Amino acid sequence: MQKFRVNGTAVNFSGDSQTPLLYVLRDNLKLYGTRFGCGIGACGACTVHIDGQAQRSCITPVANVSGADVTTIEGLSENGEHPVQQAWLEIDVPQCGYCQAGQIMAATDLLKRIPAPTDQDIQDNMTNLCRCGTYVRIRKAIHLAAQRMHNKSVADNGATS
Amino acid sequence: MSLSRRQFIVGGVTASGGLLLGIPLQNPRAAAHQDLQSIEESIEAIGIDATGPGQLGYFITINPDNTVVIGSNQPEIGQGIRTTLPMLVAEELEVDFASVSVKQMPLGIVRTSSGMQWRYGGQGVGGSTGLTGNWEFMRQVGARARLMLQQAAASLWEAQLDDVYSEGGHVKHKDGRILAYGELVTAAAKLPVPEDAPTLKPVSAFRIAGHGQKTIDALDIVTGRARYGLDTDVPGMKYAMIERSPWHDGTVVSFDATQARKVPGVIDVFEIKGPEPGAPYLILASGVAVVAESTWAAMQGRAALEIEWSHGSYPQEDTAAFDAQCETLLAGDGQVVRDDGDFDSAIATAGRVVEATYSVPYVSHAPLEPQNCFAHVDKDKCRIIVPTQMPAGASRAVAAATGLDRMAIEVELTRIGGGFGRRLTADYAAEAAMVSRQSGFPVKLVWSREDDIRHDFYRPAGHHHLKAGLNQEGVPVAWTQRLASASKYYRRAEVSDDKLWEAELYTDDFPANMIEHFRLEWFNVNSAVPRGSWRAPAHTANAFAIQSFIDEIAFHSGQDPLDLRLNMLGEPREIDYANHGGPTFNPGRLAKLLRFVAERSDYRARRASPKAGRGIGLACHFTFGGYSAHAIEVSVNHQGDLAIDKIVAAIDCGYAVNPNAVEAQVQGATIDGLSTALNLKITVKDGKIVQSNFNDYPLLKLAQVPTAFESHILNWDETPTGVGEIPIPTVAPALANAIFHATGKRIRRLPIADQLKT
Repeated sequence: MQKFRVNGTAVNFSGDSQTPLLYVLRDNLKLYGTRFGCGIGACGACTVHIDGQAQRSCITPVANVSGADVTTIEGLSENGEHPVQQAWLEIDVPQCGYCQAGQIMAATDLLKRIPAPTDQDIQDNMTNLCRCGTYVRIRKAIHLAAQRMHNKSVADNGATS
Repeated sequence: MSLSRRQFIVGGVTASGGLLLGIPLQNPRAAAHQDLQSIEESIEAIGIDATGPGQLGYFITINPDNTVVIGSNQPEIGQGIRTTLPMLVAEELEVDFASVSVKQMPLGIVRTSSGMQWRYGGQGVGGSTGLTGNWEFMRQVGARARLMLQQAAASLWEAQLDDVYSEGGHVKHKDGRILAYGELVTAAAKLPVPEDAPTLKPVSAFRIAGHGQKTIDALDIVTGRARYGLDTDVPGMKYAMIERSPWHDGTVVSFDATQARKVPGVIDVFEIKGPEPGAPYLILASGVAVVAESTWAAMQGRAALEIEWSHGSYPQEDTAAFDAQCETLLAGDGQVVRDDGDFDSAIATAGRVVEATYSVPYVSHAPLEPQNCFAHVDKDKCRIIVPTQMPAGASRAVAAATGLDRMAIEVELTRIGGGFGRRLTADYAAEAAMVSRQSGFPVKLVWSREDDIRHDFYRPAGHHHLKAGLNQEGVPVAWTQRLASASKYYRRAEVSDDKLWEAELYTDDFPANMIEHFRLEWFNVNSAVPRGSWRAPAHTANAFAIQSFIDEIAFHSGQDPLDLRLNMLGEPREIDYANHGGPTFNPGRLAKLLRFVAERSDYRARRASPKAGRGIGLACHFTFGGYSAHAIEVSVNHQGDLAIDKIVAAIDCGYAVNPNAVEAQVQGATIDGLSTALNLKITVKDGKIVQSNFNDYPLLKLAQVPTAFESHILNWDETPTGVGEIPIPTVAPALANAIFHATGKRIRRLPIADQLKT
């Protein structure tokens, strides 16, 4: 029995402990925002946060997340309010949209580690594939989100001082 | 013959395209039948799914709060059609686009005495026709509904129709009275459908179209709520995977499912029969299906299968032999498919002759959402939920797979994780129906990435031999393109052998009709690899060869490649173009794009003062009614590492209905073109596809896309063309031309891969 939390809710999974987390999220928990693209950790469509870090759930056996906190795109915000999602909407990034939840989870992780990324930082860290080729807008949206998050943190700090 | 009124209303498609509010309705004046009377039916009386609370025909629902739901009849593969077509409806309906949401419509077909007819208008996205095929129709849907709402208001007010108008989802009277559409829709739905659509607005009056609108589903996408085929979840549904023959036309000699059946969750294992060798494809391959309680159980069960395969129709096929076959064929004579003037004499007397051979590999579509389909075959009916570009094709495939009547097959559409031409073919829907029928369960058939890469209808591979004779000014006066390729029309029942070339060479492509002595010749290469349409089909290969060759001619005759192109294109004029996107094309529009991208990229200055290891290249091409040009700048260092420094893309798509989506398509198609030119190939060894996943079929990553990336929409006129495929063909040749300028190394074989490495 694997016990962990997904988007704050306790989950018990009694199936094969080698089942990749991706299929537990999709088939068992019906959280379809996390997507299958390759099954070998190459495309990143299945990216989720495990204890706050971006991981590829298609190559993460559910045994590995025992006791962990998993966040999927559905848990990132109630209704798309996260600044990364807002930037994605403003720049209108998606085409087919299939990879975008994974892209957003990867970008959120990047901005947590590097709050003001350069183009070089973005290209070094954003390795998720987009078959439609939305990369031009993904890059713009990450810069926009970084700016918004920076402004917010400045504003928040101002309010407390 | 007498049609019942009901058949008549739902089934007719008129000579004048008289589709009222999306209800195919015979225009009595155009009808040949004497018994067809003028239509006085109201939408309410028509019934079916054209009616419901707030509904005005198939496409439009107006809620009491005055929000509007517009039906989208076309599959959404990322091209933005779910945004663009509703924009056109909203434009004529006179509602704010912010009040609009979109619902996906299922396949609508109706059997009539004159055969199958569309219920919601033609459905299918391919050949960049999703917009052009619905441009008039969708505006008429909006305009007729607007008129009915105005009639309802005028009637209520006892006013003259001329005294009312529509604005922002309301009908207004000149005297200041106002009613929201939501208050009028019930009364409007009881009115007769106007026989003639009101005069449509000129594009100059557009408020919604022509202005960039954001993707209507974007919030659902960024929150993970959007549902794709792979996300289908029906109560009682099982999961299925098929292990398919790795050899083309290979069959199951025997299989042992003992271990597979021991995997917890595996329910059933059985054989699926593929096509006969050489026969048209209903499905791609023979195989063994595993039905299970979960995706993971199906995968594990499949992995535990032991299968002995026959080795199919061409077990020794390999890519090196394919290439050798092309060269052997090109040494002989092929099928001449166009022959203007006297090429042989002209080439013999030309002052200078240039020739080169280019090759392109097979490539896979690799949409990020792999193939999948839900099917529930239940005795004499079937429900299908499928990501497909061609829903009627899915219906036909399922009918063929099950023997069910097409009217007993319901086809629902989902949002689709990419198409690129792969989903023009519904082999996976036929498979799902076979698995459901045999197992007795509702099943979701899922393909792995390996399944998807190894079982595709690949873009045809081929070798292009080009030869030109130049006059004293260095302008080609004799030209031939000789192509040895594996036609995508292979194994199509309706195509005879002498027509196989038609998928490979487009006889009016540039520089046809501009050179007096002009010959096109095709050679049929033997290959068992399945092939099909890949975004902008053969244009990708032909434009690579032709636009690279123009640069080679310029180099050998000491001309600038831009000047040579402009010289050959000549003055603006309409030239015959018999292929898709015709009937004419205007080389002046291409010249204008070329001049524009050259200017935006400082082409002249960079050519005048070249820098070591840096280069700039251009290309232009007309396809599907639209025009594209690219300027690409590159750097290549001493180790042969290639960097793309800048891209300037320009498209002429007539009228850009949603410029925001056009820009996205130009960016995406350019990146698709780069990805394919740089790294992508499918090869065959011992009769089997070699590549399997993104580790060995490496799609482009963000890191390879330059930050200096411009997309421009030029030459606006009043009618849109398609967009999704138009920008692709120019990318590979512009890149190859830039690499030559930077290094002196001419890329004649795609992909570029490590050819520049020293």
